[in-house]
Amino acid sequence: MSVIKTEKLTHIYSMGTPFEKVAIEGIDIDIPQGQLLAVIGHTGSGKSTFIQHLNALLQPSSGAVYCQGEDINKDKFSRRDVKWKVGLVFQYPEYQLFEETVYKDIAFGPSNMKLSAEEIDQRVREAAAFVGVDEELFEHSPLELSGGQKRRIAIAGVIAMRPQVLILDEPTAGLDPRGCQQILENICDYREKTGATVIIVSHSMDDVAKIAERIVVFHKGKVAMDGSPEEIFCRAEELMDIGLDIPRAAELAIALRREGLGLPEGIYTHEQLLAAILAVKEGSAC
Amino acid sequence: MLKDITLGQYFPGETVVHKLDPRTKLILVVVYIISLFQATNWISYAFITLLTALCLKLSHIRARNIFKGLKPMLFIILLTAVLNIFYTTGTPIIPGWPITWEGIARAIQMMLRICLLITGTFLLTYTTSPISLTDGLEKLMNPLKKLRLPVHEMTIMLSMALRFIPTLVEETDKIMSAQKARGADFETGSLVDRAKAMLPILVPLFVSAFRRADELAVAMESRCYHGGEGRTRMKKLKFAARDIFALILGAAVLALMMFMKKLGI
Amino acid sequence: MEAVVKIENLHFCYPGDEAESLCGIDLEIEKGSFVAVLGHNGSGKSTLAKHLNAILVPTEGKVTVFGIDTADEDQLIQVRRNVGMVFQNPDNQIVANVVEDDVAFAPENLGVEPSEIRRRVDGALKQVGMYELKMHAPHLLSGGQKQRVAIAGVIAMEPGVIVLDEPTAMLDPQGRREVVATVTRLCREKGMTVVFITHHMDECVGADRLIVMSGGRVVADGKPAEVFADVELMELEGLSVPETTRLVHDLRQAGADIKGEALDTEACAKLIAEALKH
Repeated sequence: MSVIKTEKLTHIYSMGTPFEKVAIEGIDIDIPQGQLLAVIGHTGSGKSTFIQHLNALLQPSSGAVYCQGEDINKDKFSRRDVKWKVGLVFQYPEYQLFEETVYKDIAFGPSNMKLSAEEIDQRVREAAAFVGVDEELFEHSPLELSGGQKRRIAIAGVIAMRPQVLILDEPTAGLDPRGCQQILENICDYREKTGATVIIVSHSMDDVAKIAERIVVFHKGKVAMDGSPEEIFCRAEELMDIGLDIPRAAELAIALRREGLGLPEGIYTHEQLLAAILAVKEGSAC
Repeated sequence: MLKDITLGQYFPGETVVHKLDPRTKLILVVVYIISLFQATNWISYAFITLLTALCLKLSHIRARNIFKGLKPMLFIILLTAVLNIFYTTGTPIIPGWPITWEGIARAIQMMLRICLLITGTFLLTYTTSPISLTDGLEKLMNPLKKLRLPVHEMTIMLSMALRFIPTLVEETDKIMSAQKARGADFETGSLVDRAKAMLPILVPLFVSAFRRADELAVAMESRCYHGGEGRTRMKKLKFAARDIFALILGAAVLALMMFMKKLGI
Repeated sequence: MEAVVKIENLHFCYPGDEAESLCGIDLEIEKGSFVAVLGHNGSGKSTLAKHLNAILVPTEGKVTVFGIDTADEDQLIQVRRNVGMVFQNPDNQIVANVVEDDVAFAPENLGVEPSEIRRRVDGALKQVGMYELKMHAPHLLSGGQKQRVAIAGVIAMEPGVIVLDEPTAMLDPQGRREVVATVTRLCREKGMTVVFITHHMDECVGADRLIVMSGGRVVADGKPAEVFADVELMELEGLSVPETTRLVHDLRQAGADIKGEALDTEACAKLIAEALKH
């Protein structure tokens, strides 16, 4: 079942002025419930504009966005309610923390939903658990914590709204490899336990290769590619033409094929590459 | 949106207005403001409006940018107008109404005065890079150093503030979107509610401003900043013939405006 | 080779902290070399960087740059002039509203003659490939461009060493490539000594020397290929290794006989193909 669907979605900044700039144009995307989708593209490709349409932070210049079959821009109320269904975590979300305590900050979203105190409490604890924030930290000021912890608290603040769709803009930006790994695990965990749809915007092909089920590549405000990681990474040359990286394993696989190794198509993770080379080795040994 | 605020923005260019010494421009703006306040009736208003338009033309600044800059001030401008309409005594347009012909005339003049005032200062900031602006200010205020006033520190603070306005505006926009995504509501509710709703924006903004200030201080020290002592400038300020000409012209305009006021034109 | 930076038994403890952030570091950095420093957050790599231009001074031990002790307050400006610093957040180190005015900031502070400042500013902007944009407003540039302006602002001081403290952490892949290419060129063509601090292992591949830090100590120091080859250590430190190194390592564990090390994709592919043919 489709949870989010866009139809000919177009956004033009400063429309009607000489500064007019088309950010995205004619985007048709259908996202089924529970999918883990990665959105890729370099800065200015329109991917950030696109995700801000999915919870009505921006209104389309033309076209429409549907959430569970309903037009989210129908009226003021639908625009507000969609924020609970589609949670959006911005880039560097730790810079939005503002409450005196970690607990209150995570509770900000749910209290805006006008839930009961009990319900809010339950959600805060649940969200904190998802991102691995210890309850001992609840009474601390978020500003005292480390960068990685702040980031997780900010993500918990969105998860606490229990969105059916969780969108994260560059959730691993600026973190060290260990921090990246943790955040990605938290997100996958959340999805597994709740069945939520997750959309990740990323620059890092290696991160994406590890977790995504489907990849959408944005280029110059349009969808340049849309498919499974296998399908996308088979088109390595096209990706490089657009100026995007490909996963290192895919790059290495191409180099090895050039050296005459009979590796199958569609390799993009370390494990696949290792298995494929070992298979070739076995084959030649027999 | 917030990004449209053009306060303190500089549009590089090569026009004669751009080329004037910042000190000349600073003095001229003061002269302009004094002249503006001499205007009391339509003829003098028309004269100074025409003069302003001429300066804009000379500096190649598009009217669009001026309008964009005026937009955030719209509320103040309209408020002044409304107050003047209602609080000026004279002949009512309809007997018994509080609105008078004099009030309307005064409202229009007041609106014009504010718009011209803002336009005049925009003309300065649009055509003068903040660095040379603060340089000019520092030079003009140099005599005050004798009174042990921290002139250099004040001007460098001003230039840093100007530098960070666009950065902080952009940041405010980002924080606002992020809080909206968490269901924050800035548009409905009572005045108190709305003021409270600003907290989730102001707190992160302040935290970030302090962090930036901290990092900036370290970065400046790393680039050998140690106060104004022994500092040189890449672009030395030099008075040229056009500066003297412009200053004489400014003095003439001021004299003319004062004369017109005296004559009651 | 001549050592431009000497660090002897450096200990540092932030005021109010109980644990030391740096616990005994001995290093020498050779003139003209490209040294990458890798470590996870809190490993002490940024604290170390801040010692190189006297933003911090040792609690114990000694740091000398070009023979000057960084703890000597009378020589502070000399230390900072010789060791330029580029920081993580490009926005928070640009002081002016016009690119060229920003680059002029450091020479102006040093009291350089106006005509000489102009020469240095133009030269620095050309070296980082930003000369065409010298009249632009910095806040309208991309992250990579802003960092290149910051680099130009530092090289306008004509320092012997340039230290970059996670200059790519906030950039997109395009910006990252720009910054790495720029400093690599400065090192190879202009003989600038570069200390490049990062947690992206792929940015260390082209370095002459790779130092890995953890818990305030140097835990590995050598040529990148050699350091990365110790995959177990790197993983223990929460760092990743290049796919090339990891693949060679795992293939060896599976019994493949691969000779030598290669970080470069093409060279690594050749090594593996070679080994499989036998």
